[in-house]
Amino acid sequence: MTLTQQLLTIAVVALGTMLTRFLPFLVFTKGKPTPRYIQYLGKVLPGAVFGLLIVYCLKNVTLLAAPYGLPEAIAILAVIAVHFWKKQILLSIAGGTVLYMILVQFVFV
Amino acid sequence: MNTRALRAAFPHTLPVFTGYVVLGISYGVLITSQGFPFWMPTLTSLTVFAGSMEFVLVNILLGAFDLLQAFMMTLMVNARHLFYGIAMLDQYKSLGLKKLYMIFGLTDETFSIVCGMEPPEGVSKSKFMLFVTLLDHSYWVLGCTLGGIFGSLLRFNTKGIDFAMTAMFVVIFLEHWQKEKSRVPAVLGLALPVGCLLIFGADSFMIPAMLAILAALTILRKPLEKAAEQEVLL
Repeated sequence: MTLTQQLLTIAVVALGTMLTRFLPFLVFTKGKPTPRYIQYLGKVLPGAVFGLLIVYCLKNVTLLAAPYGLPEAIAILAVIAVHFWKKQILLSIAGGTVLYMILVQFVFV
Repeated sequence: MNTRALRAAFPHTLPVFTGYVVLGISYGVLITSQGFPFWMPTLTSLTVFAGSMEFVLVNILLGAFDLLQAFMMTLMVNARHLFYGIAMLDQYKSLGLKKLYMIFGLTDETFSIVCGMEPPEGVSKSKFMLFVTLLDHSYWVLGCTLGGIFGSLLRFNTKGIDFAMTAMFVVIFLEHWQKEKSRVPAVLGLALPVGCLLIFGADSFMIPAMLAILAALTILRKPLEKAAEQEVLL
């Protein structure tokens, strides 16, 4: 991407974000109840989106050639373990990332 | 009056301070490690101001130029913000121009404070909410800027640091997993994208995956709503 294309992309992402934040104030005026379908999506969508984002992060991992996705699998298991153990969001993220960096820099080189 | 509101708001934002500064630094180091200039994280923290989306933005910027896909992804990732807005409709209604900035800055964390906390007596709620928004935004800009500077100065091997984004989403996924009554949305959110990835390939699976999730959630609305009825509202 050129710098112009990058700036355009950032502008579109900023616009999309603002749309999600401003839309309720533009559409739902006082006294008019929020459509039930929208309320429903608000409850179920967040749970689904983060699974999607995990897959998005891992989309370029190759399972059929070395290292067969092992660094990712090990680090994700570590994140899950640390998270259930300590329940500290930042600790789980930092621990998993450091472990992953060690794995790809020193173990699976 | 303003100082009192600021003083009342500050202690509530301290947990956000830690979180935003640490995550902001990670994000700044991450994006500069991918070859972007040091001012990039400051720019996105000022304009986009949506943490998860900015991590996703790094990947988008590294891929092919595709505004439609970037826009669709933003809507999906940030769709939850619609509901923060809905929850704050009444409180933000009559705040004049301040309101525009407060809606702009309505992140997950800011929402959790302005929605859940009441200011002490004698401090106006609207000023309290404004300062919470302003403080949280400054923490994020501060973290991202520091990260951008560290990232472009530090010369250590950053290979693998992009895993911070995966780790963050895994943690948020786990939080939802433990909190939600129904795990069906979470399972769909993993399974449908994996299916689409196998069918469409890494470069074009996101839009089909988002549509598949929306379709599946719409089809399963009746049973899922039944499960959700036992839940406390939002």
